[in-house]
Amino acid sequence: MIEIQELNKSYAIGKNSLHVLKGINLKINEGELVAIMGSSGSGKSTLLNIIGMLDNYDSGSYHLDGVTIKDLDETKAAKYRNQFLGFVFQSFNLINYKTALENIALPLYYQGISRNDRQKIAFEYLEKVGLGDWSEHLPSELSGGQKQRIAIARALASQPKVLLADEPTGALDSKTSEEVMALIKKINKEGKTILVVTHENEIANMCNRIITLKDGVIMTDIKTS
Amino acid sequence: MLFNKDSWKEIFDTIKKNKLRTFLSGFTVAIGILIFIILFGLGNGLQNSFGKFFTDDKVNTIRLFPSSTTIPYRGYESQRRIKFTNSDLKDFKEKFNSKIEDIVVRNTFYFQIKHKEKANNYSVRAVSPGHQEAELTIIMKGRYLNEGDITNRKKHVVIGRLVAEDLFKEEDPIGKYVFGSGHSWKVVGVFQDEGGDREERTLYVPYSTMQKIQKNNDEIGQMIVIYDKNMNYDQSLILEKELEFYIKERKFISPDDNRGIYISNTGEAQEDSRKFASVLSIIISFIGIGTLIAGIIGISNIMVFVVKERTKEIGIRKAIGATPNSIIAMVLQESIFITMISGYLGLIVALIILNGIGDSLMEKYFISNPYIETSNAIWATIILIFFGALAGYIPARKAAKIKPIIALRDK
Repeated sequence: MIEIQELNKSYAIGKNSLHVLKGINLKINEGELVAIMGSSGSGKSTLLNIIGMLDNYDSGSYHLDGVTIKDLDETKAAKYRNQFLGFVFQSFNLINYKTALENIALPLYYQGISRNDRQKIAFEYLEKVGLGDWSEHLPSELSGGQKQRIAIARALASQPKVLLADEPTGALDSKTSEEVMALIKKINKEGKTILVVTHENEIANMCNRIITLKDGVIMTDIKTS
Repeated sequence: MLFNKDSWKEIFDTIKKNKLRTFLSGFTVAIGILIFIILFGLGNGLQNSFGKFFTDDKVNTIRLFPSSTTIPYRGYESQRRIKFTNSDLKDFKEKFNSKIEDIVVRNTFYFQIKHKEKANNYSVRAVSPGHQEAELTIIMKGRYLNEGDITNRKKHVVIGRLVAEDLFKEEDPIGKYVFGSGHSWKVVGVFQDEGGDREERTLYVPYSTMQKIQKNNDEIGQMIVIYDKNMNYDQSLILEKELEFYIKERKFISPDDNRGIYISNTGEAQEDSRKFASVLSIIISFIGIGTLIAGIIGISNIMVFVVKERTKEIGIRKAIGATPNSIIAMVLQESIFITMISGYLGLIVALIILNGIGDSLMEKYFISNPYIETSNAIWATIILIFFGALAGYIPARKAAKIKPIIALRDK
């Protein structure tokens, strides 16, 4: 599903350049649940951003579901993101003036799906994350765990090939974290490819495969049970 | 995308759920338009009343008043009283035939007019029919004096609106008689005049009749020359000089004598008022443009603020698949929609206010019938909407270019 070869990325900081990713090789198959670990500065967020087409890379290659992802303009990147990817962020990033249901329906709006169908699909995913009774609530009326479930439902609504989660439990307590991870696992069991960036071992241990980055290179790539 | 029904629904949704933002930008536009139109309208009102002060009488006239000489000339002593007569009138008309429309006679008297028990002193003007045009007298009832009245020396009278009110109350004065200067006069018409109460407490009678009553003389007190209205100011000055020269020749008045004959050209007053009006309209335009610029700055500020506030939302939308164009379209559609609706509201309210003002400010502030040309009002609204959209477009384009990770970074 994801194929990355000799991926390099540098950031210019003043006159110097900071080499963040130093020749990453990575292959992720359909249906995998992969944790990407590493301390801050290891390059894990940069890797996720490149996979998520939120950032460009300097050299190497990146294929997503057989499509070459390289030097996309903003319009194309937006279309691919909408078509291939679902995002879950640490800070949820829900639109605060839209209800839970409207937030979930938003990616479908950008896919050009009619309003009625959007409502119907969004509601299905709302039920799927167990918040069927909260459709008309605004994000400010929801708990952290609930917000993250809404965010997951939103990420899934557009039926992406890959779900990218950047520290999805970073803002949640341990009990809620477990619930959210359980939901992620359940989605994975249904066949969705999922990448989770985390620095917590407990979270990483719930995944099938753990990739550890350090100083821009892959240190370990372990398959758990 | 832009005319998609679904995207409009999305816009309405956003507008409904962000009431403060909507209110702020809408209010700015509405107030901008409102102030612009009211100021502009009041300025026009000021110009209106200014125009009224100077258009009571016809503007293309030269008035000739005989007076006494001050310099001895060709064997005549000074202090000689100059007189116009009916034969002068005839000769003047023939001499200047090509340049003038008419020469009107006006002899002014002041005496008591009586009807039944009511009596009052009024100014009575013995005139020729052309006087109606020179004074811009408006006939309310009946008719003005005509050539027949002059040739047949009829004892007919046209009375002012206030004279009719004073003497006849509710009664219809047409065909009734008033008594004055030892004779009975038949009322043939009632007039009104923009010149005010004093003008409307006046009576007009045929000058020939009055001459006959006044010991059958043929004296003319004042002549009003109505010249061709196609003449410009400079041409009218030349005519004025020609008249002066001709009359001084004929009446043996020294060319150096400033008296003897007094000439006044209403074109001069007209020229002054035209200059003043043009200065006034420049000032009004400045006020208008100033308010419009202030409005544009106001709406620009709001739009920059609105887009700034939405940076994160835009980042989220981009992360889940919004293209840069759809972001720009969203911001633009929203801002144009709000500015159009509120601009229109401001326009309507301002026009209602202007209408409501009407002539109520006339006495204190000399503002009468304030108005704005519809085209000016619409242009102002369009300009404001355009700049509102432009002010939204620039930050929207910037926001649409921001990478979602940067927009999402500040948490």
